[in-house]
Amino acid sequence: MLEHLKEIWARDPKQSKIALGVIAVLIAVLLPHFGVTDNDGILPLFTVVLCAVYALFALGLNIVVGFAGLLDLGYVAFFLFGAYAAAWFMSDFADSLNIHILDTAAATVHGIHLSFWFVVILAGVIAALAGVIIGAPTLRLKSDYLALVTLGFGEILPEVFRNAEKFTNGTKGIGPVDSVGTGPLAVLPGIDKTIAPSDYIAKYYVILLFCALFVWISIKLRDGRLGRAWMAIREDELAASLMGVPLMQTKLWSYAVGALAGGVGGAFYATIVGTVNVDSFTFAFSIIILCSVILGGMGNVWGAILGGIVITWFNYTGLVWIGTKFNDIAGTHVDLVKYQFGFFGLVLVLMMLFRPEGFIPAARSKQVKKADALAEGAAQ
Amino acid sequence: MSDLLLDARGISVVFGGLTAVNSVDFQIAKGAIVALIGPNGAGKTTFFNVLTGLYEPTSGTVEFDGEQITARPPHKIAAGGMARTFQNIRLFGAMTAAENVMVAMHPHMHSGVLSTVLRTPKQRREEAEAKATAKELLEFVGIGGCDEEFAKNLPYGDQRRLEVARALALRPKLLLLDEPTAGMNPQESAAFTAFVHRVRDERHVTVLLIEHDMKVVMGTAERITVLEYGAKIAEGTPAEIRSNQRVIEAYLGKAATEGAA
Repeated sequence: MLEHLKEIWARDPKQSKIALGVIAVLIAVLLPHFGVTDNDGILPLFTVVLCAVYALFALGLNIVVGFAGLLDLGYVAFFLFGAYAAAWFMSDFADSLNIHILDTAAATVHGIHLSFWFVVILAGVIAALAGVIIGAPTLRLKSDYLALVTLGFGEILPEVFRNAEKFTNGTKGIGPVDSVGTGPLAVLPGIDKTIAPSDYIAKYYVILLFCALFVWISIKLRDGRLGRAWMAIREDELAASLMGVPLMQTKLWSYAVGALAGGVGGAFYATIVGTVNVDSFTFAFSIIILCSVILGGMGNVWGAILGGIVITWFNYTGLVWIGTKFNDIAGTHVDLVKYQFGFFGLVLVLMMLFRPEGFIPAARSKQVKKADALAEGAAQ
Repeated sequence: MSDLLLDARGISVVFGGLTAVNSVDFQIAKGAIVALIGPNGAGKTTFFNVLTGLYEPTSGTVEFDGEQITARPPHKIAAGGMARTFQNIRLFGAMTAAENVMVAMHPHMHSGVLSTVLRTPKQRREEAEAKATAKELLEFVGIGGCDEEFAKNLPYGDQRRLEVARALALRPKLLLLDEPTAGMNPQESAAFTAFVHRVRDERHVTVLLIEHDMKVVMGTAERITVLEYGAKIAEGTPAEIRSNQRVIEAYLGKAATEGAA
């Protein structure tokens, strides 16, 4: 079967790619209809939605880590800003005010209530600005040092938000966050003005829209002037600067664009979970997104998506589901979820051993690897 | 405006207790081909690094095309028209030959994030033009047709050529070549001599090269500067340098002068 597919691919790579693209789009569009509403199945709808959100995060981090080669261990900062943007502008938090703009909340509820579609832009901009502000002092550092400082930022920011109770409600969190409105689509028959909290299928399509948008942004930037500069910095920073690439500015753009995805995803996440609590913003989040990018194939847009989906499914559903099935069959009482990070480590080690370039390697690393193998063969 | 393209005065670079370059005065006339020679460790590459902005000189000033560029960041100096190649090839390995060349067009291109994402007609035109220029430059250096080849996969000699093509994409006024014929055989070196003249004559680029192969130096350079222990010990035409007693002792050696003469 696999051999046969390879043969077809070799015969006409272009057509095969189109076919694969169509299949991917079909799966993406039809996926939620295979989801189940209860949380014990193999594909609960809530997990499907989360998979798409994490795919968006992975797409964002892929720009920073995969394209520009900057090891960022504090991606949680952008998720945090996006989520709090939604919390501030889509809830009753600022209850001395009463501002409603195309929102989904009842007019009697105090606070700032803007339409999700405004807030999502606002969240993206806030996160991107945060990216630039965090990046300006840190991006002068190289590799390991950059990783350490971003890690520090990822740890410090949630602490600041935990203690700045006046602005964040501290550990109590902010909620409820308003739902997503359908805007002008509401004039169509069968579509409500507000997406109901339980309507995960509609929510999925909202986040799918942002994923598609970000795939487009990623690919177009990658193939353009800025993307080339990112890759040049990844390959050889010094040579890049001597070829006229302004290092700081170019790196800051990668942070800003990557953060944009984090902000958008964060704002959306806040609306599906309904409350924003500082405890959600952990170092583990940054690591999970980084693992998604590495697992999927650094620098590959589709790899990042796949990595995000696979890891999220395992985290939220897979382990429980596999554990339950295992216990049913073996008659044991093993709680696999307890070993979550153990599995994580194991998978990463195995990947590094057998497929270090990820599930779907970037076309470039495939080519270069082939050349390395040839050179090795010639040397022997 | 003077005829000087580069005017470096009193350049010194001190690393801790080591003086790598010692108050060197150095000028290049527009349109010249100049060589910088000297024994290993004489400070030639360090001097290149000062010119291109990688090192800030401990003292001294660099004026390039009538402008002060001392301590300007490297990318601004590059954008201002100074391009270089490297002693140890520093290409962007996992990028294609064409992409390598296009990276160096960065300062001359204008598309921003928004126009790239929106694929405006202007951005698409700029991309197409950049691609065409890259193709043309690759042909100029003699590796036409390998646009889509990854830099890392090119043979050694082609990588050297690609570095020159990439440097030329900056539209330089001054091209710095750091040991361009290292690892080349005599035929390739001879061809390279002709190539340097083509770069100067067809592209109107002033050339400064660091080179150890005396055949190449004598065949290309119109003026030669000799460094030893960071200090300038001689300067002049190839004939003058060849008969300079100090240079013979410090660098060329007796056999070399006899062979070249």
